[in-house]
Amino acid sequence: MKKIHLPLNKKTIKSLKVGERVLLSGRLLTARDAAHKRLVDALKNGKRLPISIKGEAIYYTGPTPAKGKEVIGSCGPTTSSRMDPFTPVLLRHGLIAMIGKGERSKEATASIKKHGAVYFVTIGGAGVYLSERVKKNKIVAYSDLETEAIRELIVEDFPAIVAIK
Amino acid sequence: MRTVKTDLIAKIIKKLCLKANIELRKDVLSALKQARKRESASLPRYILGVIIDNAGLAKKRQMPICQDTGMVVVYLKIGQEVRIKGNIRKAVESGAAQAYKQGFFRKSIVGDPIKRKNTGTNLPAVIHADIVPGNKLDVRVVVKGFGCENASRTKMFRPFDSTDLIEDFIVGAIRDAGSKACPPLYIGIGIGGTLDKAVGLSKEAVLRPVGRCSRLPYIARLERSILKKVNGLKIGAMGMGGKTTSLGVSILTYPTHIAGLPVAVNISCHATRDARKVI
Repeated sequence: MKKIHLPLNKKTIKSLKVGERVLLSGRLLTARDAAHKRLVDALKNGKRLPISIKGEAIYYTGPTPAKGKEVIGSCGPTTSSRMDPFTPVLLRHGLIAMIGKGERSKEATASIKKHGAVYFVTIGGAGVYLSERVKKNKIVAYSDLETEAIRELIVEDFPAIVAIK
Repeated sequence: MRTVKTDLIAKIIKKLCLKANIELRKDVLSALKQARKRESASLPRYILGVIIDNAGLAKKRQMPICQDTGMVVVYLKIGQEVRIKGNIRKAVESGAAQAYKQGFFRKSIVGDPIKRKNTGTNLPAVIHADIVPGNKLDVRVVVKGFGCENASRTKMFRPFDSTDLIEDFIVGAIRDAGSKACPPLYIGIGIGGTLDKAVGLSKEAVLRPVGRCSRLPYIARLERSILKKVNGLKIGAMGMGGKTTSLGVSILTYPTHIAGLPVAVNISCHATRDARKVI
């Protein structure tokens, strides 16, 4: 199986095939509904983002709290299509990869292809299994959103399938 | 009259919230294992394997199966010979709050649907109470994630619309849900009653063990027909194709009005979760 290092570059994305299984290692940012709304509102108002999304991969997840010394709680993907209205704007600002579950809208799909970006899916409902691939977890923005805050995760051999490129 | 103290109800609710989130229902797990056995395509077989492994890991590590630990829905069937001492809603909510704190579950509830600020406790819960004969108290906790809840739908048919039309509506809902709702799905359907009754039935339908069919022969036939059509969509586990888009179809019916035929489809993911205790 193909091992991919994050952050991704466009050359690696070009070499991927739709339907191919990959293992991702490196940095992911997490963001779901509320964080997307804030990021896009900030961009619309010409404000600086609290984190750079250039060349980054966003994982759509809202993890459960970490128990004791654990790195993270259950952290499977959430439904990507809710992020569709925000995706083209983020791609225009340099986002290069997304991980979630389920189909994307026509507009989001076209935008992913146009920017030479990639959309991966991973296994919905496999929150504990996926949590074992997360090695570091740190909140980097919007901490008031708690589970919906933006986190930086360091993952190792995180399983995904190439869905749109 | 038998007296039940609300302290006991709180304790039970806490236990059931923990169990529902951590231990996958035996019938659902066994249906997933059967689906994996049947599957010959490698991608859906791999996905089903991970889902089954995840259920084992959740139990072993006492972690929630899915990060979407849901909105808590409580069904109370209160025997008419039972007297409850204390405030029932407070008891239910204190039990649920304790479970979500101690279990390290996600708090996914916003206090207002428009303003959308997280309550931080996963409260309030949705409570359905019913008065039944006898002196027992039947407590059931359902936790449902919103990936699949968002794909559910309802429609008011005309009284003499054919069952073919109803089947098309249901199959269409599953097609539109695609892989967003985390297939393989358990599909609950409510037919009859009023709008709210049909939705309620569709919710209760997935409490029936997967694989058990309706006692009404014409409804059991309808269940089989829908299951066949849905699996014919070839969406498969997490949209990766293969034989199993749905683990089962369960239909509940109720008398209805001469002018109507309400139908509700409750789409439930492969982590269909609930726990029950009768005292």
